[in-house]
Amino acid sequence: MNVLEKVENKYIKTDIPDFKAGDKVKVNIKIREENKERIQTFEGIVIKIQGTGINKTFTVRKISFSVGVERTFLVNSPMIASITKLNTGIVRRSRLYYLRKKIGKKSKVEFEK
Amino acid sequence: MVNAIYGKKIGSTQVFSDSGAAIYVTAIEAGPCTVVQVKDTATDGYNALKVGLGNVKNKHINKPLKGIFVKNNLEAKKYLKEIRVDGGASEYKPGDIIDVQIFNVGDKVKITGISRGRGFAGVIKRHNFHRGPMTHGSHSIRKTGSVGMCATPSKIHKGKKMPGRMGGRQVTVPYTEIIDIIAEQNLILVKGSVPGAKGNLVCLKKA
Repeated sequence: MNVLEKVENKYIKTDIPDFKAGDKVKVNIKIREENKERIQTFEGIVIKIQGTGINKTFTVRKISFSVGVERTFLVNSPMIASITKLNTGIVRRSRLYYLRKKIGKKSKVEFEK
Repeated sequence: MVNAIYGKKIGSTQVFSDSGAAIYVTAIEAGPCTVVQVKDTATDGYNALKVGLGNVKNKHINKPLKGIFVKNNLEAKKYLKEIRVDGGASEYKPGDIIDVQIFNVGDKVKITGISRGRGFAGVIKRHNFHRGPMTHGSHSIRKTGSVGMCATPSKIHKGKKMPGRMGGRQVTVPYTEIIDIIAEQNLILVKGSVPGAKGNLVCLKKA
């Protein structure tokens, strides 16, 4: 292990569930407003996992009031309280950009039963 | 007190602050520096510590240099550098160790190092000039352009920005914050970038 990895290991989370593109996840985000802190959830399909180590990010897409919304999170950010995997998706790609052009039923991902 | 330490640039990465911000940091393996010689006003005219950093095999240093280490029963060091101290140099004696403990998290430091050499660079890379048109028969894509006037003053003004050697000179980054110190590995994480390539010798001094 090189020196930089040792530095990063201090900041890398170990309690993250194993999820991949196509899975449905619930992300609990810490929101700080002045001195108060509350939790906001963002639930949707993971369309991309990018990077490794401390730079690892994932993008979640959901349809909110018929408008597509995507958010990218740093996996190891302290602002993420928890990540929960809800369903395992059946997909053939690691990047699900095609979902952006689909509407209606086709914009959904089939889940394992 | 000693307010500076020498170290080696390891590389840069990203860490998170308590508030959740991702901070770009550079890791520096600082010290441990061994005091090789103590200089004071009486004998040398100024107060300083001569410190050694990094181990090197005995066969790789010449005899005059070896004599300095043998005199104080020290292992041979790769780099020999001086750290100026305002009085108090007499607290130290040869063989003492200066390590990352001299700094605390949140301290501001000046970082000095030799920047990467770019060789003979053109004006676009060296002085951030704009380039000329790429098409329409242009021959001035990366050229310097006009460097002055005609018969008056019939000379080029001093300090005119032109191509030339770039980098490979001493650069100081002022007022950089220490984000984290990992004492067992002699590592200091400083915010932002540090001059030079990985493995470059840098000096950290309290700002």
